[in-house]
Amino acid sequence: MSATIPRHDDHLPPLTVTHYLICLRGIVWREALRFVHQRERFISALVRPLVWLFIFAAGFRQILGVSIIPPYDTYVLYEVYVTPGLMAMIQLFNGMQSSLSMVYDREMGNMRMLLVSPFPRWFLLLCKLLASTAVSVLQVYAYLLVAWLWGIEPPAWGYVAVLPALILSGLMLGALGMLLSSAIRQLENFAGVMNFVIFPMFFASSALYPLWLVQQSSPVVYAICRLNPFTYAVELIRFALYLEVDWLSLAVVAGMTALFTVGAILAYDPARGLIGRRGG
Amino acid sequence: MKRLIAATLALAASQPAHAFTAYTSNERDNTISVIDLDQMKTVRTIPVGQRPRGITITKDGKYLLLCASDDDTIQMIDTTTFKVTGTLPSGPDPELFALHVSGNPLYVSNENDARVTVIDVNTRKVVAEIPTGVEPEGMAVSPDGQTIVNTSETTNMAHFIDYASRKPVASTLVDARPRDATFRHDGAEVWVSSELGGTVSVIDPKTHQLTHKIAFPVQGLRGDQIQPEDIQFTHDDKLAFVALGPANRVAVVDTATYQVKQYLLVGQRVWHLAFTPDSKYLLTTNGLSNDVSVVDVAALKVVKSIPVGRMPWGVVVSPK
Repeated sequence: MSATIPRHDDHLPPLTVTHYLICLRGIVWREALRFVHQRERFISALVRPLVWLFIFAAGFRQILGVSIIPPYDTYVLYEVYVTPGLMAMIQLFNGMQSSLSMVYDREMGNMRMLLVSPFPRWFLLLCKLLASTAVSVLQVYAYLLVAWLWGIEPPAWGYVAVLPALILSGLMLGALGMLLSSAIRQLENFAGVMNFVIFPMFFASSALYPLWLVQQSSPVVYAICRLNPFTYAVELIRFALYLEVDWLSLAVVAGMTALFTVGAILAYDPARGLIGRRGG
Repeated sequence: MKRLIAATLALAASQPAHAFTAYTSNERDNTISVIDLDQMKTVRTIPVGQRPRGITITKDGKYLLLCASDDDTIQMIDTTTFKVTGTLPSGPDPELFALHVSGNPLYVSNENDARVTVIDVNTRKVVAEIPTGVEPEGMAVSPDGQTIVNTSETTNMAHFIDYASRKPVASTLVDARPRDATFRHDGAEVWVSSELGGTVSVIDPKTHQLTHKIAFPVQGLRGDQIQPEDIQFTHDDKLAFVALGPANRVAVVDTATYQVKQYLLVGQRVWHLAFTPDSKYLLTTNGLSNDVSVVDVAALKVVKSIPVGRMPWGVVVSPK
């Protein structure tokens, strides 16, 4: 990719790994600072799943406990079932939030500053993606801590095993957000993302109800759920939290991550992407 | 990532071995499921008489005793050959029974006849019939072997029977439809569950007086779904586990304060309970979901639910 971007500083020594790392640190650090300074954002990222957990799940206590589905070995309360879905929801919102921040950056001109840096654009985008994933993983662990206090206790090693799954699903949802952000011109359009991406992805998935339950009530919705990559992110997280690997979910999430990332890089490529045509 | 998961899986799998065997009576299938608690799965299914309900095992672990209610008999099943090797004359419709602490005789409640049948397990003969309340159900023998308690579902009483004279000596009124009676291991109290009353009555076996009554309010459940059934005490008598039937939960009761510490979610219509001999696990039969849930007693967590035959009713764990 980098070869296609014309370098206008050919007289300077070539960029080394150290330079790349400095760049990575800079972007991750900026994202982390932005996250820490926006305390409301952290709180809202935590409150959203907790509202679901404390209020929504409380009304559904009776619904589950009627069937054992893998990876669970026994009957679980609805709170326990919905937790991986809420973890993925945190990451979904975070992915979209970072896409929002990309749009904001573009409107405010920060994006231009970043994109004129000597680093290849794919690298800058990857840094941005890693930064947003890191933030989402932090949010998820904060949620898991509160959930633990609420009596949701997955196996201790599950907290470790779920980390790679969280990173992968965070990357997938972040890349999706990035791809979408390339198509959104103005901040105001973000409401459309909420309506057309976040809600359908979240509701038409295995986050809130097991798929067998969805299948019983509507085969069409079931088919949509099966096609929704978010379902696989939820299941990947669910299985990892209980020390198992759901290979199908792993394959789908990894594949989608690659697809969305490449898509985002192409979209942000000034030579042929959407952003070039619109004059970023 | 794979390596990490493999490592964590290896850790999770390296639990200490314990080769206990559990048996459940499957009311609708007319079978007994044999569960290997090492593998945590059903390893064998034995065909038995009709409508098997009450199940227990002889002290030496050689025979299972099983109430085949619709065959009006008690079957003796060899635990090595898994064959029915004999029957005991239980009288009509036997449901629940209890072996005397010495291993003999067997006290059987005959639901339709308002009596308790006493059977000598060795000679396989009825040695006495004791009149009791209407619809006798739960049976319990005190740890010292001197008192037998029988509950009657319609009379709503716990009847105390003297071992030596085989005569009822006292009756204590409890809440509606008493099911099971269980003595603490130290014999200080007998607990009686009331299916319709939704309570457990704590009775002093010396004075025959009711000393406490425990209710089980489960958040989000209607009162009529809470139907206490079987009661089991840990070896140190510190905790009592009470199966709550259609509430799909087992209540964990602190025996010092009589407060419910926790509710454990198990399968549907949890009926009977049994500890493994090492007290590590408690097994529950879940009649409507056709499985047995395994509770880790130290952690107070349900760790596994094992599919068995249809409508598991009773459960017993071999002492070996």
